[in-house]
Amino acid sequence: MRKKMKSNPYTYFFLLPAAAVYLIFFILPTILSFFFSMTWWTLTDWKFIGLENFKVFLSEPSMNIGFKNTVIYAVVTSGLKVILGLLLGVFLSMRLRSVGFIRSMVFFPALLSTIAVGIAFSTLMHPSQGMINAALSFFGVAGPDWLGDTKIALLSVALVDVWKGVGIATVIFIAGIMSIPQEYHEALSIDGGNAWHRFRNITLPLSRPAMNTVIILSFIGGLRTFDLIWTMTKGGPGFSTDIIASIIYKQYQAGFYGISTAGNVILFIVVAALAFPLYLYLNRKEVDM
Amino acid sequence: MNKLKKFLSLFCVTVLLVGLLAGCGGANSSSTSGEEDTVTVLISNDSSRTAIEAVTDYIEEEYGIKTVFETRPGGTEGDNIMKTRLATGDMADIAFYNSGSLLQALNPAQNFVDLSKEPYMDKVLDTFKDTVSDDSGAIYGIPATSVMVGAWFYNKKVYEELGLEVPKTWDELMANNEKIKEAGKTAVIGTYKETWTSQLIVLGDNYNVLAENPSFPEEYTANKAKLATTPAALRSFEKLQEVYDEGYMNDDFLATNYDAGIKMLAEGTGAHYPMLSQVLPLLATNYPDQLNDIGVFPQPGDSLEKNGFTAWMPHAFYLNKKGEKVETAKKWAEAFLSDEGVKRFVEAASLDGPLAVEGVELPDDVPQAVKDMLPYFEEGNTAPALEFLSPLKGPNLEQITTEVGSGGKTAKEGAELYDQDVEKQAKQLGLEGW
Amino acid sequence: MAKMMAPSSMLERKSNAHRTAKQKKSRTAGRLIAEVFAVAVTILLFGIPLYFVFVNAAKDTQESSLLNMSWPSTFQLMENIQLVFAAENGMILRAFFNSAMITIVSIVLLILFGAMAGYVLHRKRTKSTPFINFLILVGLIIPPAVVPTIWVLESIGLFKTMPGIILVEVALHLPFTVMLYRAFMATIPKQLDEAAVIDGCGKLRLFFSIILPLLKPVSATVIVLTAVGVYNDFVNPLYFFPGAENATLQLTLYNFMSLYSTQWNLLFTNILLISLPPLVLFIFFNKRIVAGMTAGSIK
Repeated sequence: MRKKMKSNPYTYFFLLPAAAVYLIFFILPTILSFFFSMTWWTLTDWKFIGLENFKVFLSEPSMNIGFKNTVIYAVVTSGLKVILGLLLGVFLSMRLRSVGFIRSMVFFPALLSTIAVGIAFSTLMHPSQGMINAALSFFGVAGPDWLGDTKIALLSVALVDVWKGVGIATVIFIAGIMSIPQEYHEALSIDGGNAWHRFRNITLPLSRPAMNTVIILSFIGGLRTFDLIWTMTKGGPGFSTDIIASIIYKQYQAGFYGISTAGNVILFIVVAALAFPLYLYLNRKEVDM
Repeated sequence: MNKLKKFLSLFCVTVLLVGLLAGCGGANSSSTSGEEDTVTVLISNDSSRTAIEAVTDYIEEEYGIKTVFETRPGGTEGDNIMKTRLATGDMADIAFYNSGSLLQALNPAQNFVDLSKEPYMDKVLDTFKDTVSDDSGAIYGIPATSVMVGAWFYNKKVYEELGLEVPKTWDELMANNEKIKEAGKTAVIGTYKETWTSQLIVLGDNYNVLAENPSFPEEYTANKAKLATTPAALRSFEKLQEVYDEGYMNDDFLATNYDAGIKMLAEGTGAHYPMLSQVLPLLATNYPDQLNDIGVFPQPGDSLEKNGFTAWMPHAFYLNKKGEKVETAKKWAEAFLSDEGVKRFVEAASLDGPLAVEGVELPDDVPQAVKDMLPYFEEGNTAPALEFLSPLKGPNLEQITTEVGSGGKTAKEGAELYDQDVEKQAKQLGLEGW
Repeated sequence: MAKMMAPSSMLERKSNAHRTAKQKKSRTAGRLIAEVFAVAVTILLFGIPLYFVFVNAAKDTQESSLLNMSWPSTFQLMENIQLVFAAENGMILRAFFNSAMITIVSIVLLILFGAMAGYVLHRKRTKSTPFINFLILVGLIIPPAVVPTIWVLESIGLFKTMPGIILVEVALHLPFTVMLYRAFMATIPKQLDEAAVIDGCGKLRLFFSIILPLLKPVSATVIVLTAVGVYNDFVNPLYFFPGAENATLQLTLYNFMSLYSTQWNLLFTNILLISLPPLVLFIFFNKRIVAGMTAGSIK
C-alpha cells in the first residue's frame, strides 16, 4: 500500500468537500438558470419560449453602451490595480519605518462595505459642494461634475473602485514578493546589482504568480462588477454608466426573470470569451517558468 | 484503510459543525412563531411609520394583537423582494405595498386575501378600492397611508417677494420661472441624483392627459395608443424637456439629492420643486419653521379651463393568503380601519394629503400645502396617476426622464424609448393585445 | 522578510555594509523625503474620506444632510451610537451575532476546503484538470443565479437557515480561495512532498502536518479577504437568509437609508460601527500576515 502511495500522494479525495459544496450551491443553480433563460417566467409559473429572451435582452436600448462600458471599466480598473498594486507592493516590501502605516491605510478601504464607500464618494464628488472640487478650486482648477457628466462618470466610478480595491492587489503582490527567497536578492547584491536590476531580474519575474492572480481577479471582477456602480450612479445619468450587470439587474428588478436570466447567460459568455484566453495565456507563462 | 478513516472522521467533524448550526438556525426561526396573537408586517423603510405604529399600539391595547414589523428596502429593490418572498412562500402575515400597477404585477388573486365582503370596506373611497382590486371584483387591500399628490411645491415667500401669482396654465408657469431665474434664484429644483425624482413632471401631468383624452389609459393598456403618438401624452415629456431647454434648473441638478432639494425649497434658494407630497413630513421634521411657507399647485395644462391635481393612491396593507394567521390578520385589518384606529392615525400622522377613508376630519394644524390641496379634492378636480389606471409601468422610466430632463434625448425620443420599455412589461404581464 | 521585524539600524548595517558612509547619508536623506511624501499622499487619498465619514457620524440629522467636511457644531457621536443601537428594537445586536456566525464558520470551511482543493489541484494534473479549472473560472465569472439558488436551498430544507447562507457563501468564495491557494502552492517546492513521502508520510499527514502549515501566509490572506467579503456581503443574505430574526449587519444600513429620505448622521454612524469588526480583524491579522510570511520564507 505504501508503495502505491509513494507513486502518487495526491488524491482527489481532497477535492471532494469543496466540489460538493460548489456543485450543489453554485453550479447546479447556474445550470438551472440556463434553462430558465429560455422561459417566460413569473417565478410561480413558466412557459418555454426559446431564444426570445436573448433577442429582447440584446435589443435593450442601453445594450451597446453596456457592452462598451463593461470592457472599459474592466480594463481601466484592472490596469490601474496591477500597476499601482505592483508599485505599492514593491515600495511596501522595502524596509521603511512608515511601511506599516501606509500598508494599513491602503488596505483599509478593502474592509469597508462597498455601499458605504459608494455613498461617501458620491458626496465627495459632488460638483459644487463636494470636497474634491473644493480642493481643486483652491488650486484654481474648476473640477468637473464627476458623476453627472456622462463622459467621465464611468471613469469616476472606476477610480473609486481602484481606491477600494488596490489594497487587495497590493497585499497579493506583497505576498508574492515576500515569498521570493532572500538568497536571490543576496546573490544579486553580491554581484553588485542595483535596485532596478533587482526589480527587473528578480522581483518582477518571481512575483509572476501574484501578478497573474491580480490580473485575473481584477479583470474578471471588473467585468462583472455591480455593487459600486449601482450605489454611485445606478447606471446613470440616463444610461451612460450602464454595464451588462446593471442591465441584468434592472430586468430582474422589473420582474423580467426570464430576460434577466438570459442576460446572465450573455454576461457569462462575454466574460468567458474575454477572460478565458487571458487566463490560458497567463497560465502558460506560469508553467514556462 | 487508515487514511480513509481519518478522512471520514474529518468529514464527520465538518458535518457535525454544519449540523450544530442547523440546530441553531432552527431554534431561531421557531421562536418567532410561538404566540397566537402576533402578526408580522413586512413594511418598506421609505415611509413614515409613526402614524401606523400609533394604530398598531392601539390594536395591541384593545385587541391584544401584537404587531412585529419587518423592514425591507423601498423602490424597485423592494418590488423585487416582494416578488421573491411571495414566490418562495416566505411572505409575512401582512404586507405593506403600493396600490395600482405594482400590485397587479404581484398576482394578487393568488397571493392575497379578498376583503371585498368586509363591512369596513363601505367607508373606503372607491377611487382607492379600484386600485387594489381586480376584474373579478375582489378587493385586496386597506389604505395604509394618505392620498398624495404629484405637483409643484413652491416657496410662498419667494412668490411674495417677486410678486408672482399661482399659475393656471403651463405658459404662466414658464413665465414665472423666467422671472425667478432673472431674480437669481433657481426656478425649478432638480434632484436627479435620486433618479426617481426626475419622473414627476411626466407622471404629475396625468390630470392634463386625461382632460384631453379621457380614454387614454384603457387604449394604452390595450396597446391601441402609444405615448409617443398621443399628443396629450407626449406633451408631458415636452414639458420636461422645456424646463431643461430654458435652463430653469439648478446647475448641479444631476448631483443634487432629495435632501438638498428639500433644503433649497425650504430656504427659498429654489422656488419650485415638482415632487410628491410625501415631501411634507420631511419638511415638517427638518424645517418645521418653514413648513407653512410652502404651498402647492397642480402642474398646469395648456388651457385655463381644466386645472387639477394628479393624485397618488395610498399604499395598502395586504393579507397574505398563505400565511398562518389569516384570521388574526383580518381582525387586525378591521381594527386598523375602526373609528378609533383612524383617529389615532390622524393624530399621530404628519399628513401629506387627505385619507382614503370617508368622513375623516383633518385637524386644523395640517401643513399649508395640504390646505392648498383640499379644495381640489372636495370639488373632485383630481385624477389618479397613470400607474393607478393601467397595470403598465415600464421599469426604465426614471432613466429615460433623466435623459430627457438633462438634454440627452428629445421628448419624442424619450417617449418612444419608454413605449418600448412598456412593451416588455406588457409581455411579462401577459396582457392581451401585445 | 525576517528583516522587516528587526530593528531598522541593524538592517541598514547589514545591507549597506559594503557602502561608504557618504553614500549612505544621501541615500537616507532621499529615502526620508520619499517616505514623508508617501505618507502625505496616503493620508490625503485614504485618510480624508474616512475622516469625512467620521465627522458626519457625529452631527445631527440636519447638519449631516449638508454632507460637508466641517467639524460638527455639536459633537453627538455617542447620542447617534445610542440611536443606532436602539433602532428596530436593537436589531444591530441580533445582526452582529448572525454576521459573526456566518463569517466565522464560512472562513473555517473555506480555509479547510480551499486549501485541500488548491493543494491537490496544483500538484495533480490529469485529463480533468482543464475542466476543473474551467469550473473554477466559471465561479469567478458569473454572478450567482438568485432564484434557482433559492429553489435548491428550499428543496434540501436549508432556505432561511444559517447553514444555508453559510454554504452559499462558501460556494461563492471557493473559486477565489482555491485560486489563491493554488497560486501559493507554486512557491512550495515539490521535492518537499517527495521527501516527506520517502520518510513514510501518509497522504493526510503530508497535507495536514506539512503542507497546511506552509500555507499559513496565504491562509492569513484568505482570512482577511474572504472574511471581509462574507461580512460585507449585502445582497446574498438579503435573498437567502430573509426574515426579521435573520438580519445581518449590512442590512442594518437600510434602517437609515431609504429611497425618499436618509438620516445621514445615523447612516454614517452605522457605517462606523459595522466597520469596527473588520478593523479589529485587520489589526490582529496585519501582524499575522507578516509573521506568517516570515515563517514561510525562512523555511
